[in-house]
Amino acid sequence: MKLSRRNFLKLSGSAAGSASVVGWAGTAVAQPDGEAAGRATLDYPREEIGRAGDLTTGEAVSFTYPDGSSPCAVIKTGEPVPGGAGPDGDIVAYSVLCTHMGCPVSYDRQAGVFKCPCHFSIFDPHRLGQQVSGQATVDLPRIELEYNESTDTLTAVSVLGLIAGRQANVL
Amino acid sequence: MSHGTDRIALPPADAEKTNLVCHFCIVGCGYHVYKWPANREGGRAPGDNALGVDFRRQVPPMQLTMTSAMTTRIRDRDGQDYRVMILPDDDCVVNDGLSSTRGGQLANVLYGDTPVASHRLRYPRLNTGDDWVDTTREHAADLYAAITQRVLDSEGPDGVMFNCSDHGGAGGGFEFTWGTGKLMFQAIGTKMARIHNRPAYNSECHASRDMGMYELNSAYEDAELADVIWSIGNNPYENQTNYFLAHWVPNLRGQTRSKKQERFADETVGRGRVIFVDPRRTPSVAVCDQIGDADNVLHLQINPGTDTALFNAIFTYVIDQGWHNESFIADHTSGFEEAREANRMSLEEASQITGVSVEAIRRAAEWSYKPKDSGHSPRTLHHYEKGIIWGNDNYRIQASLVDIVLATGNVGREGTGISRMGGHQEGYTRPPYPGPRPAPYIDQEIIKGNGQILTVWGCNAFQTTCNAEQYKEAIHRRAGIVQQAMAKARGGSVDSMADAVHEATQRDGGLFIAAVDLYPTAFARAGHLMLPAAHPGEIELTAMNGERRIRLSERFMDPPGEAEADSLIAARLANALRRRYQEAGNEEMAERFAGFDWESQEDAFNDGFRMAHEKEIDSQGGETGRLVTYQRLREAGNNGVQLPVQEYRDGELVGTPRLYSDHNFDTDDGRARFQPAPWNGFLSPVAKQKEKYPLWVNNGRTNHIWQSAYHDQHIDYRTGRFPMAPLEINPEDAEAYGIANGDVVELFNDYGSTMAMAYRTPEIKTGQLFMMFGYFNGMVGEVTTEAVDENVVPYYKGAWADIRRIGSMEEYQRSVSFRSRRYT
Repeated sequence: MKLSRRNFLKLSGSAAGSASVVGWAGTAVAQPDGEAAGRATLDYPREEIGRAGDLTTGEAVSFTYPDGSSPCAVIKTGEPVPGGAGPDGDIVAYSVLCTHMGCPVSYDRQAGVFKCPCHFSIFDPHRLGQQVSGQATVDLPRIELEYNESTDTLTAVSVLGLIAGRQANVL
Repeated sequence: MSHGTDRIALPPADAEKTNLVCHFCIVGCGYHVYKWPANREGGRAPGDNALGVDFRRQVPPMQLTMTSAMTTRIRDRDGQDYRVMILPDDDCVVNDGLSSTRGGQLANVLYGDTPVASHRLRYPRLNTGDDWVDTTREHAADLYAAITQRVLDSEGPDGVMFNCSDHGGAGGGFEFTWGTGKLMFQAIGTKMARIHNRPAYNSECHASRDMGMYELNSAYEDAELADVIWSIGNNPYENQTNYFLAHWVPNLRGQTRSKKQERFADETVGRGRVIFVDPRRTPSVAVCDQIGDADNVLHLQINPGTDTALFNAIFTYVIDQGWHNESFIADHTSGFEEAREANRMSLEEASQITGVSVEAIRRAAEWSYKPKDSGHSPRTLHHYEKGIIWGNDNYRIQASLVDIVLATGNVGREGTGISRMGGHQEGYTRPPYPGPRPAPYIDQEIIKGNGQILTVWGCNAFQTTCNAEQYKEAIHRRAGIVQQAMAKARGGSVDSMADAVHEATQRDGGLFIAAVDLYPTAFARAGHLMLPAAHPGEIELTAMNGERRIRLSERFMDPPGEAEADSLIAARLANALRRRYQEAGNEEMAERFAGFDWESQEDAFNDGFRMAHEKEIDSQGGETGRLVTYQRLREAGNNGVQLPVQEYRDGELVGTPRLYSDHNFDTDDGRARFQPAPWNGFLSPVAKQKEKYPLWVNNGRTNHIWQSAYHDQHIDYRTGRFPMAPLEINPEDAEAYGIANGDVVELFNDYGSTMAMAYRTPEIKTGQLFMMFGYFNGMVGEVTTEAVDENVVPYYKGAWADIRRIGSMEEYQRSVSFRSRRYT
């Protein structure tokens, strides 16, 4: 709302001589994208990524989320971990673009970590993607999963942390 | 810890853009700062944002480094809100667009919407005896001056002590060192100063200097051109990250072969080799093993403290094989024969002492010094850092290493040199130190009860000294005496307070402590007066990196509260003392405090760095520093110029890529000096602990944490990774002591005890430990001895101790990763 000189004077005048607070009658109208402006989170899609029972402990399975240009991996760690989903609380998923410069990280089953071949950053999927060592300044973005017990399905519902190479996770 | 940020604001196309050199490590990577009004943001189309990047689609790998840690909001003193984004400079020849985990968080340490902001020291603070209160700059300076004046008048300069940093970067710089140096050494005239992280005022490279070579003599490009790089007691992937990634790694991968062929057309060239000398398999060794193989990566995993024996054996072997450079020795050095005799050691004897096989030592010598197929000597670049600088007799080890370099003529040519790797950036310009060599061991003087006022300036010896337990006890005890006196003197004038303090220091053994810092550190809180300093971005400053490259970091925001540049704080204190001496009618002393009429960092720069040609000043800029101006540096941008400057030509500063290319060394006769350095066993206090305790406590850095963690201790991302100083322990040893990952453990010996968080690490040898140095939560200095070399450089790496398990910390086990830090 722009305040014209004339309105400003009028408002000042009405307040003169009293300590009251002047109430403004707002004239703002909802913007076309008003629904989005009312949200504190991005509008992430809900995407079913597979069945928990199909996962093998220690093996990373690829998928994309929240769109086709964002590669991710889901891992059944074999032990309950922070942020873990599934019947045993041991399934986690992450963006596999290194948060340093966006190189694809790979899961090293033996070491139990994601590793980036470009500048040697290491991330731990058992600890919310914590950077073990390396050059990134944030942990690996975690894909939030929901588990449906009746269908044994895992659904990606949001991303916690900024995917490398993006200004916002939803393009 | 990440906070789930999933979008950030982009700088609009017209955002203000300035240059900033990362202030964290010696490499000094170039960054760009974008600043714009907080109520605006750039668009996703490349023409709509200042980065020129198309964010409408996924940006491919290696095109961009931009995370939520690289942006924040700030508010300037006029109340205007801005957003700031700090990204690596693709055109900077130092880092080639790379950022490290330290530099990548530059925006995170600004005074803004950041984790550190609420911890910054914003106003001068005074300990009234039972509480800290804010006070004005003028009041703080006047009280400081009143106390200093009393000590000077009664005790002379020796009563006025300093713990003072000598940084470039990190809030320091040529302006910092000149301002503080002029105050300490010229105005006050004290020799009772302790430098940065050592208990006396000394160099960490006296041997190299005595032998004629400044310790930063090579260029970063030399690591691309070398046949062999020695990495001695240093861990470059974690500590000099982008020098390693941008300049070493391409050579080790063979990617600089064509560049070598262009430069050295008639020489055999190939993939670079690296030789590590370190008792520990560091993350750097692990990375090199990934990018190289047994034919170009060699790790000499020596027994702790035995470096001198290793180097002497190589020196002897190289000469016996005839691989030394006879013409270089004859034309440009002196003392060869004496060193040859004194240092003589066989490979077999060295193998016995160092624990390294004869074959491995011989291979290292062959790689580095045996003539190549083309008949040319290999170009070998020698780098070293704290493993020997803080090793078993710094002076002796360094001399034995430099002897090899001189014998083989590996200095002053492309792909050669002998340089320390460095910790922080440099920025040294001070009046000559007025004391003797060796300088007084200031920590011991404090412990003995000497000195009356101690100014702690941009450093924290609580976390970074040896024999720290005894030292801290003395500080707390003596500061407490003053604190009680100040509590009783409340309500009086500045002079009556100063009288009370002086009586407590002179009669009762007290110590008045003033601290100048970004934060109220533990050391500052033990004292009585704090003065808030500013750091890069809030002030302009100049510093140089590990290849002597000086740059100007530009100012883009206001410092918090009453914080100001250290040079201006030094000037404020000096001017307050001058006024007091003028009022006392002591013109002679008043004159000593003249010459601090600076209003900006540039004034201090012009008074110090640029005047070494006509004043007695120890300056890394040398006599040609006069050619360097703020404006010329501004024009030179993040690439700056390598000191010393040769000339200013066609609108550009022309620098010196590497030193001694004319083989004219820094000695009276221009000849480099060999220095005898026979193997001498262990320094005595350490030898006693070694006999008595089973575990060697090695210590050093991790890439996550910068220095004393003065910023990092306030950042969840850092403390989430290391809530407590990590202690790497071999699983076999851990099993024997019943220690699990994340357990809190205690180390103890005759000197004290410290606590740490256990991190079971198969790569650590049994009988050895590795603890993070300088951390705020668990300090390894509490179990190090007082052992120093002949120049009072401590053997920080020389602690032996026992360990006990305190107990488990569930939260550590739940939230901290104990996966291997070595890339395999």
